[in-house]
Amino acid sequence: MSHGFFIWASYGVTFAALALEVVFLFRRVRRCERAGPSRRIE
Amino acid sequence: MNSTTVRWFWFASPQTFFPLAGTIARWCAAGAALLAVAGLYVGLVAAPTDAQQGEVYRIIFIHVPAAWMSMFIYLVMAGWAAVGLAFNTRLSFMMAQALAPTGALFTFIALWTGSLWGRPTWGTYWVWDARLTSELILLFLYLGFMALHAAIDEPRRADRASALLAIVGAVNVPIIYYSVQWWNTLHQGASVSMTRAPSMAATMLTGMLLMALAFWLYSIAAVLVRVRCMIRERE
Repeated sequence: MSHGFFIWASYGVTFAALALEVVFLFRRVRRCERAGPSRRIE
Repeated sequence: MNSTTVRWFWFASPQTFFPLAGTIARWCAAGAALLAVAGLYVGLVAAPTDAQQGEVYRIIFIHVPAAWMSMFIYLVMAGWAAVGLAFNTRLSFMMAQALAPTGALFTFIALWTGSLWGRPTWGTYWVWDARLTSELILLFLYLGFMALHAAIDEPRRADRASALLAIVGAVNVPIIYYSVQWWNTLHQGASVSMTRAPSMAATMLTGMLLMALAFWLYSIAAVLVRVRCMIRERE
């Protein structure tokens, strides 16, 4: 396999993983904002 | 009690910390994006081809910063866990909990990119070398921390149990760092040291430091956004 494969597999998976974390974070933020201040659970 | 002490406790209140975290997260996210673009340009375009490894060495521009972040985030997480246990502050436990997914992600990235760098350089994707094995244990510690927290229903008990695991697991970080000195490993020694001059070209070092700063700011932004969600969910 060429070196290009290893480089792009590294950069591709890294930025895809970081983007996935951002997507999950935004979904969680939206869910929190829709729910509003919740009951105190502690 | 002087005014500085009072200020620290004032910021330890989740309600006070919430708007501050939002402002810091926005600035850090913007800084991370700018630094990542600059780091990618330097790493993929400006940096020269390595005389021994060829183009594949460009993987280090993400591998080394990700490995640094994986260890640093764990130490910060254990620090917040210790503060939480010592002072019983809710925000400290939330910070520790918010750091774990990002730390686990950077540990995975370090392992993944290291493996892809190892194949053309060492001839293998994986060896049970002290550095690689202790880094894998770090990933399991992050996953264990998150699993333990999720497994206990009562939040304060979950906070305390997972905090203990985080503190005990911190012993693994110096093992990862010094593994290349303590044992005869396939993994090479530290790429950058505070005590000696860098052994790589200035452009390569610049690219690596830019990516390290970008990952650092990204982590701060992601953790603060996550902790704001936790404050909304729990308070």
